Amino acid sequence: MEIVRSQRKSSFPSSDIVVPTIPLYRSTPALEVRLEEFELYAVQRLRVLHGISDGLSRGKKPDEIQKLVKDLWKVNMMHPDASEVVNKDIISHFVLRLVYCREEELRKWFLSMETTLFCNRLQLETPEAQRALWDEFGLPYKAVSIAEYESVKDKLNQVARAIGQSSSSADTIFYKVPFEEVPDLVAKRKVFVQKGIAYVATNQVISILMTQYRSHLSKALALTYRKWNSMIREQEKDRLTPIVEALSTSYLGPDYSQPREYAELSLKDIDQVAKRSFPLCMRHLFEKLREDHHLKHGGRMQLGLFLKGVGLKLDDALAFWKAEFSRKVGADRFDKEYAYSIRHNYGKEGKRTDYTPYSCQKIISSTPGVGDHHGCPYRHFSLENLRVALAKMGVGGRALEEVIDKTQNRHYQLACTLTFEAVHGASCDAGVNHPNQYYIDSKRIMESKNNSKSP
Amino acid sequence: MTMEEVENGRDDMLIDGIEPKQNQNIEIPEEFNANYLRAYYAKLFPYTDMFKWMSYGNDGRHPGCDQSYVGRREISFTLENDIYTRFLSFNSITELEKAIKEKCPFKIDIGAVYSVDPAKKDAYSQNAFTPVERELVFDIDISDYDDVRFCCSGANVCSQCWPLMTVAIKVIDTALRDDFGFNHILWVYSGRRGVHCWVCDGKARRLNNEQRAAITEYLHVYKGNENSNKKVSLMGPLHPFLARSYTEVLKDFFEEKFIYSQELFSNEERYEKILEMIPEESVTSELRGKWLDNKRSRDDVNMARWGHLKQLLQSGKHKAQGIRRCVEEIVLSFTYPRLDKEVSKHMNHLLKAPFCVHPKTGHVCIPIDPNHCEEFDPSAVPTLSKLLEELNRGGLRSEGEDELENTSLGKSIRYFRSSFLQPLLKSCKEEIESSYAAKTQQSKNTLSW
Repeated sequence: MEIVRSQRKSSFPSSDIVVPTIPLYRSTPALEVRLEEFELYAVQRLRVLHGISDGLSRGKKPDEIQKLVKDLWKVNMMHPDASEVVNKDIISHFVLRLVYCREEELRKWFLSMETTLFCNRLQLETPEAQRALWDEFGLPYKAVSIAEYESVKDKLNQVARAIGQSSSSADTIFYKVPFEEVPDLVAKRKVFVQKGIAYVATNQVISILMTQYRSHLSKALALTYRKWNSMIREQEKDRLTPIVEALSTSYLGPDYSQPREYAELSLKDIDQVAKRSFPLCMRHLFEKLREDHHLKHGGRMQLGLFLKGVGLKLDDALAFWKAEFSRKVGADRFDKEYAYSIRHNYGKEGKRTDYTPYSCQKIISSTPGVGDHHGCPYRHFSLENLRVALAKMGVGGRALEEVIDKTQNRHYQLACTLTFEAVHGASCDAGVNHPNQYYIDSKRIMESKNNSKSP
Repeated sequence: MTMEEVENGRDDMLIDGIEPKQNQNIEIPEEFNANYLRAYYAKLFPYTDMFKWMSYGNDGRHPGCDQSYVGRREISFTLENDIYTRFLSFNSITELEKAIKEKCPFKIDIGAVYSVDPAKKDAYSQNAFTPVERELVFDIDISDYDDVRFCCSGANVCSQCWPLMTVAIKVIDTALRDDFGFNHILWVYSGRRGVHCWVCDGKARRLNNEQRAAITEYLHVYKGNENSNKKVSLMGPLHPFLARSYTEVLKDFFEEKFIYSQELFSNEERYEKILEMIPEESVTSELRGKWLDNKRSRDDVNMARWGHLKQLLQSGKHKAQGIRRCVEEIVLSFTYPRLDKEVSKHMNHLLKAPFCVHPKTGHVCIPIDPNHCEEFDPSAVPTLSKLLEELNRGGLRSEGEDELENTSLGKSIRYFRSSFLQPLLKSCKEEIESSYAAKTQQSKNTLSW
């Protein structure tokens, strides 16, 4: 990809670039790109990816995500010149690869969002277009013969009913694919699996393509990262590097791993602060810890990192956890078994990574099991338990019903936002995206109330 | 873990000095202590079999063997007083045997095979040190069933609740073989409160984390947590895998054994737990009404009440969404295997090695034959003290291999060899040979260009 400063419109015969399908972004395109477009396209694609990320964290259903992707794409990725649309797609993808290749967390996020985007765009395509991609990937899988179909028909129909589809007919084509190639279909039990072979129906072919795309992009990102480090960053230090670096910082959302405002939380205030300013998920963990003097691993991580993010110092954190745990397991066992992981969270052990507090998205998608108290209460509590918990926070009447309503429609973060508003008597325009943001917003409101009371 | 037992332990362990006819209870008074363990490692631990297993055929002479393979495996020791030593590695059976005898680990864990020798990992960058192979493993603990068993809780287990483990083995084992096509599967008693499963096929060892997660989710049904009522939610009819598990294993177990052994309907507190899972008010109130008057009947109360519930739910009188699957949901909630998912999803998780001794119970972690798992009785598992008694009794007569054979551990070792290790090594050998042949073929082709 050539990046040029000139205002000259890149002049390509349009017949060359109109590809009737979604690009696989296999190699950097031989295009000239103006610097302004380089940045603009990237920002626009980023809006799409962030929109998807937001939709996923709100627990949207697949068909809602589908519509969301369609709309986001239309709003952001069109181009007045129809022939430029594909170029814009390709250019923006490659720019963001540069931006997001540089850290493990960023790569993961980009990979996951781009794959969701790819998969949803693919669903809007015709079967022929999907087939074309199948050919482009050169996939070797065989269709199930008619004779074989008869022998597994009952099972295939059973699967179809289990996932709420009408029974397959003889003219539905099934492909025999090693189960390793379609992990998402296996995980959701959407296919019949026998002796390691998954029977993938035509309308599930997307899953195979998605796996291919994902692994291709994952490798490409690792490669881009190496190139970025060894070459591009230095070569482009006056031109692209500043743009790339700015792009990543300004659109990543705040980093809550280091406490910034209201930077200290001391042990003597913690109970009071928990009551006033913790979101329900943390409040629940906090109370359970005080009650049971124990939390299982998922809960320790979720609460522990949150507390770190709101400014509980390592020494205080150790004291805090020890005070509770030692009542249950003894101080000795605490020192041996649990202290390590607390220091680990603060980057003092093991890989010495300073771990980031969990975002709402991560908490919502967690899967608490037996004995676990972590997760998002709006998502993981039964409605009765949620009502009780909300009442304890002082949410009642209409507000309570609205929260419950949002919960039932699986808008967990909106439910939490409404809770925030009910508790604080103030609006929360940005919505709740992160427990630490909830805390900071809450502290801010408490502060201003205090100030207005005592001028 | 606290090792109080150890402190009360006797200092001298006179294995050879004990007269065979002395009262055994006096001579071997405890289930576990460090000296017993040392004797176990000296006389009984099956080093050769374990090392053969970990080598997966790479200790052979064939040019396709990867001589570095076994030395890239992470082994971890937990020493007395909970001192963890991770990222150990052993290149030969002599090294392994020496280290175990010397360190006398209370627990030995097996980790992944890494790209480089884990003991030298600090010499490499973080990216160069990654797990490349790992058995697909499962960990099922009876303590995760505390909300559905009333006989025991926590780490305790008895003949009333152990059958939950038995059905778990049956369900998971069948799925691994029939659905996923794995053949080399080892089930192991974890020494106290559950079972471990090692899937050792080459294909299984090379799965990436995403594929491991996919299998785990496929096998995972139970979604309950502490703050929700419904533990299993079914959207539609059962997937063939669940349908098979339900009709072939779980339904009969629940109806013929479990409701009686746990007396699931015997009092209000217990049956309310079940009624909570029925989302239809009219059904639950009708059942409550029926059960409150507590009429004595000839039938067992559990059987009678389960009958009422089934009859009402399956009569077709209630068309409401979610009612039709309720019976299945209840059975699955109580009996479906509850996996510790995290253990299975990641390559770098550690799992306790077979033939370790559990320091709390003194039980040896012996293999369980999935084809006869009903016969497995955790209370009859050989304990350290029992084995040492047997050694003492037989000590004067035999030496070496025979010694092991003559103890009650012999049967387990024989099973491990004949049903697991031999078929595994046979297929490893074939795999090594065929992949070597393919490789040489390929290089011949390139030469001809």
